[in-house]
Amino acid sequence: MLDNGWGLSLIVFLPIAGALIILLTPKKNLVAIKAFGLTFTALPVLLAAYMIARFDYGAGSAFQFGTDLSWITSINARYHIGVDGISFPMLVLSTVLTLLAVIYTFNHWPEPYNPKAFMALILVLGTAMNGTFVALDLVLFFVFFELVLLPMYFMIGIWGDKTMMKVPGFKIEAETRLYAAIKFFVFTLFGSAFMLLGFLAVYYRSGEYLASRTFDIPKLIELGSSGAFTGTFAFLVFGALFLGFAVKVPMWPLHSWLPDAHTAAPTVGSVLLAGIMLKLGSYGFIRISLPILPQEAHRWAPAIAILAVIGIIYGALACLAQTDMKRLIAFSSVGHMGFVMLGISTLTVVGINAAVIGMVAHGLITGLLFFVAGSMSHRYHTREMARLGGNQTLMPKMGAILGFTAIASLGLPGLAGFWGEFMSLVGSYSPAFGLNLGVFRTAMVFGAIGTVLTAGYMLWMLQRVNLGEPSSEWGGHALVDADAYELTAWVPLMVLIVAVGVFPKLVFGATNSAVVALVAKAFGG
Amino acid sequence: MVHATDGGWLAQWAWLIVVVPFLAMAVIVFFGKRMPRKGAEVAVAAMGFVFVYAAVLLILNITQGVIYEHSVQVAQIGSVSIEWGWVVDGLSTMMYFVVGTLSFLVFTYAIGYMKGDVRVTWFFAAFTFFAGSMLVLVSAPNLMQLIVGWEGVGLASYLLIGHYWEEKENSSAGMKAFYTNKIADIGLIIGAIVLGTAVGSFRYSDILDAAASNSSVLVPVAVLAGVLLFIGAMGKSAQFPFHVWLPDAMAGPTPVSSLMHAATMVTAGVYLIARMYPLYAGMASDMRVLIVIIGAITLLIAGLLAIVQDDLKRVLAYSTVSQLGYMVAALGAGGYTAGLFHLWTHAFFKGLLFLTAGSIIHAVHSNNMSDMGGLRKRMPVTFWSFTSASLALVAIIPFAGFFSKDEILATLGHSGYTWAMWIGILGAFITAFYMGRAMFLTFFGTYKGDAHVHESPAVMAVPMAILGVASLVAGWVNIPGVYEGFHHWVAVRAITFPSFASEGFDVPVMLTGLGFAIVGVIVAYVAYFRDADTQFARDRIRIPVLWPLLEHKYYLDDLYLAVLVNPIKGPIARAVNWTNSYIIDGIVNGAGVVARLVARFVYGDLDQKGIDLAVNTAAIVTGSAGEQTRRLQTGKVQQYAAMTVAGAVLLVIAIVIFT
Amino acid sequence: MSLVQFLVLGAFMFSLGVYGLLIRRNAVMVLLAIELMLNAVNLNLIAFEAALRTAFAGGQIFAIFVITVAAAEVGIGLAIVLLIFRNRRSANVDELDVMRW
Repeated sequence: MLDNGWGLSLIVFLPIAGALIILLTPKKNLVAIKAFGLTFTALPVLLAAYMIARFDYGAGSAFQFGTDLSWITSINARYHIGVDGISFPMLVLSTVLTLLAVIYTFNHWPEPYNPKAFMALILVLGTAMNGTFVALDLVLFFVFFELVLLPMYFMIGIWGDKTMMKVPGFKIEAETRLYAAIKFFVFTLFGSAFMLLGFLAVYYRSGEYLASRTFDIPKLIELGSSGAFTGTFAFLVFGALFLGFAVKVPMWPLHSWLPDAHTAAPTVGSVLLAGIMLKLGSYGFIRISLPILPQEAHRWAPAIAILAVIGIIYGALACLAQTDMKRLIAFSSVGHMGFVMLGISTLTVVGINAAVIGMVAHGLITGLLFFVAGSMSHRYHTREMARLGGNQTLMPKMGAILGFTAIASLGLPGLAGFWGEFMSLVGSYSPAFGLNLGVFRTAMVFGAIGTVLTAGYMLWMLQRVNLGEPSSEWGGHALVDADAYELTAWVPLMVLIVAVGVFPKLVFGATNSAVVALVAKAFGG
Repeated sequence: MVHATDGGWLAQWAWLIVVVPFLAMAVIVFFGKRMPRKGAEVAVAAMGFVFVYAAVLLILNITQGVIYEHSVQVAQIGSVSIEWGWVVDGLSTMMYFVVGTLSFLVFTYAIGYMKGDVRVTWFFAAFTFFAGSMLVLVSAPNLMQLIVGWEGVGLASYLLIGHYWEEKENSSAGMKAFYTNKIADIGLIIGAIVLGTAVGSFRYSDILDAAASNSSVLVPVAVLAGVLLFIGAMGKSAQFPFHVWLPDAMAGPTPVSSLMHAATMVTAGVYLIARMYPLYAGMASDMRVLIVIIGAITLLIAGLLAIVQDDLKRVLAYSTVSQLGYMVAALGAGGYTAGLFHLWTHAFFKGLLFLTAGSIIHAVHSNNMSDMGGLRKRMPVTFWSFTSASLALVAIIPFAGFFSKDEILATLGHSGYTWAMWIGILGAFITAFYMGRAMFLTFFGTYKGDAHVHESPAVMAVPMAILGVASLVAGWVNIPGVYEGFHHWVAVRAITFPSFASEGFDVPVMLTGLGFAIVGVIVAYVAYFRDADTQFARDRIRIPVLWPLLEHKYYLDDLYLAVLVNPIKGPIARAVNWTNSYIIDGIVNGAGVVARLVARFVYGDLDQKGIDLAVNTAAIVTGSAGEQTRRLQTGKVQQYAAMTVAGAVLLVIAIVIFT
Repeated sequence: MSLVQFLVLGAFMFSLGVYGLLIRRNAVMVLLAIELMLNAVNLNLIAFEAALRTAFAGGQIFAIFVITVAAAEVGIGLAIVLLIFRNRRSANVDELDVMRW
């Protein structure tokens, strides 16, 4: 079934098919809605598991399970999908996290209660995320990349935090969810507009080298690695693509939509946003920017490294000043993605591998962090850490899971987060040939300092939230510890965090050959 | 080359030493609460297994020598290979034995000490995790695994120091330990990266081979790597200025202080330097003077701090820092054997000292010596164990510490660090002084408190007694000129390296050191032996300027808080957050506001009053044109007729003219 | 008899007709004036045909058309004037300006 490529398309489109079916289901039939939601997210996981068994790890650089059909002939946009060693772990992560989000939401519908709409949106989001990772045509990539925005916009805008907030520095008050939703949507779209221009520019330029212009990513990579895109053209295109991807990563200073989006979003929205959506940006760098414009990437690499390190330190420092738990975790994402981008900016095998495992680890760890934070804010009806102390006493299981996840997040070796951080520092010490050693080694030192700051705010957060005596305001409340749905969603993540930490081959086994080939082709090894 | 075997199946299965504690931890986490002793039995059994296996390996090393290493690759990225593995050689078997023995005895002791504690199962799970991580650290055949174990013990330290986390000071102490170590770990991580990248492999065997053969790849980075790794060691082994976490770590339960912060975890830094010794002895030897300086400073300032403490555990904590300074200084001076030998003896007698302190604290329900006194008769086992350990620490012949400390002093003197040797001798006086003070204030005089003081139960007393005996005999494994076993044990390594001689008996130095120690005891006796109305009054000596400085720990903690921690946590973090909300987000929100203003302008002015104006004007003009034109419709037929005629006439004229 | 004489007569009649159309107040007189103009035109047509036999053969036909149209137009016109007179008691065209702006 998979060799003619339908399997991959199924993984991508099953969720949206499920969404359509759910739209046809009557609103009151909660059982059917849940069943459809579960089926149409579990099936992609099963297919992905089957793929794990059938994936050729030795040939990780080639695009496997592919499909290449003509789609829009007038502009030569094709329905070309496939996975290689880099996108495969991301796809698996995407399917798994979507399934776990669906399981979690069975018992945790956000206000206002509308399971049909919410479940449908999760499924649409699932398709969009899965699709972005397998798309091998720029138009197709763009479609999925943008499709991600719509469900998230509605999730934040409808089911988000309704409290009023003051926009800092202006005399404007708005509902948190509305402000955050618009900000997120327009900000991301702003970058994507430039990204589209970049895609079009490359498309037109490709016509000078090929018989017909193409949006096909592998073909463009061939062109790019043979030096087709150079000079000012490449500079402008890379800059345009950079804007689009950097907003999504999020890179400093284009990150400021993230904290608001996370504080406003419902739990599942935050989990999927942090767990997978952020990866679309860095994946874009690895899949599109670097291979198609390698010489330009070389020129931009030091700047990206500097911005990445600023993100690491800045994110950590901003975390220390937070009072809202979810906002703190949001800034921690900025910091972690800084390590990912640092790895990418080294343009080496070690660095890019570090970036991919960093992405997987971040998805698992921060996804779990937002799950727990969401559950806690649901029970305590607050995200203010000053009021949340003593959680370990009130809810031991949840406190333990929060502690475990926070420690994973600060990069403890033996857990998944360590490899991304450590290997990006290794890569930063010896970046690709021709890159400024001074910049990268300084970046490495600051990255190492960043790990200290990360430990700083994580343990501080734990102390404020988990430890100490609980505040008397929770005295009479019956706080229910983690229930079966939550544990079902969370335990697989914890197992994976330990597994990837102890046995990084789970990720590197797939990524290494693909990254080696990518670096060899783009930068001549 | 050292004569050794490959250890056979014993070495091939040695990975069990590392894995069994983690299995035990898993069992305790999932099943501990249902067990009769809440999981402690599993923990002690696991440590027993480690102890026995380690003892067997040690005997193997003593009799035949064993050098074995095995690595399993768990991932390959580019040219970097990630491996888990284990080493069995002279150095690691010695460490296995220390970790195994102390763990086994302290875990047993902890059964009694932690009885009735609110979190017994969790305690033993975390403690077992610590033991496993420590074994990961000392069994590592490559720097990456060392870092894994290193951070693991750091985490265990955080968890266990903050065991009583209901009070904020305890979790804060745990955080302080973690942060201080993490900062020093920057050095370790960068040093590992530098070495690993230069040599192309993170394995000790590759790195040390390169170091021993003066390889050209290491020439530019050897000294730098040496410094960086040493910085990492400074954090874990509490060297100045990273020592500040250790005294605060006493907030944890006493078994933790004994095992982790005396015998094992804090020795990880010393172990690292010893493991990387071919590098330090050869290519990085230029920076060794730094190691000696730091070691000497540490041993002196920490010793002085121990004099003014009221909390018994803090006396011992500063004592540990001071003794670590001895070990580090010895290694810096080229005394591979001396430093490791002191690590060995120190593990036994300092571990014991903490156990006895725990025993006392358990009985008196207070850490402070001002609540103790006269406990000699009521707690005999504790007293004699304490005495044995103290004599070892003070380095009185024939107790263990005498031989190791003497070896250090001799090494310092013979390698040209005479100034450091004299500091060490001064340190011997200080050590004797503060231990004498501790002993006399605690065990002599009369007990004026109202707690029901009794000896500890057997489960606590027996380990103490065993260690008491060890404090006497542990030093006999390396008596220069008589039996130099230890020297040979730890020499069994895959690489030989220079400046590795065990010092013989240097009688003048030995006698001087012993003399200073005895003088210290006498001065302490004179000052503290006599009883007084209150315990507090017995603490008689108080030198004006020095004591307040010592009581404030040289104001180092205040300095760190004021210069480093509080600015980062407070103003700097808030400034970043402010910048984010008002400047970066200000730009974003400003863009939104500007967009709305522009929109209002575009709509209101450009569109409504501009374009629409043109459109509307066209309509209006058309309308008024129509308005005017309609006036032609007068309704009068004859006027219409007149216009028609006039038009026709004009037309005719036009035709006539134009044709 | 030359053509010009007929044309002058026709022009004269036409001018009288125009004069009457523009000046007379009574609607019936206006209609009469219109008849006069039509007849002038007929005269022109016949005269031209008589003068230019082969070149302009349709003159008589055209004249009959004109007579027919004139008859129809008078019929309707007088009907309208009668109705107006019945409603307004006056046939003065100066007073008929209701269909104005």
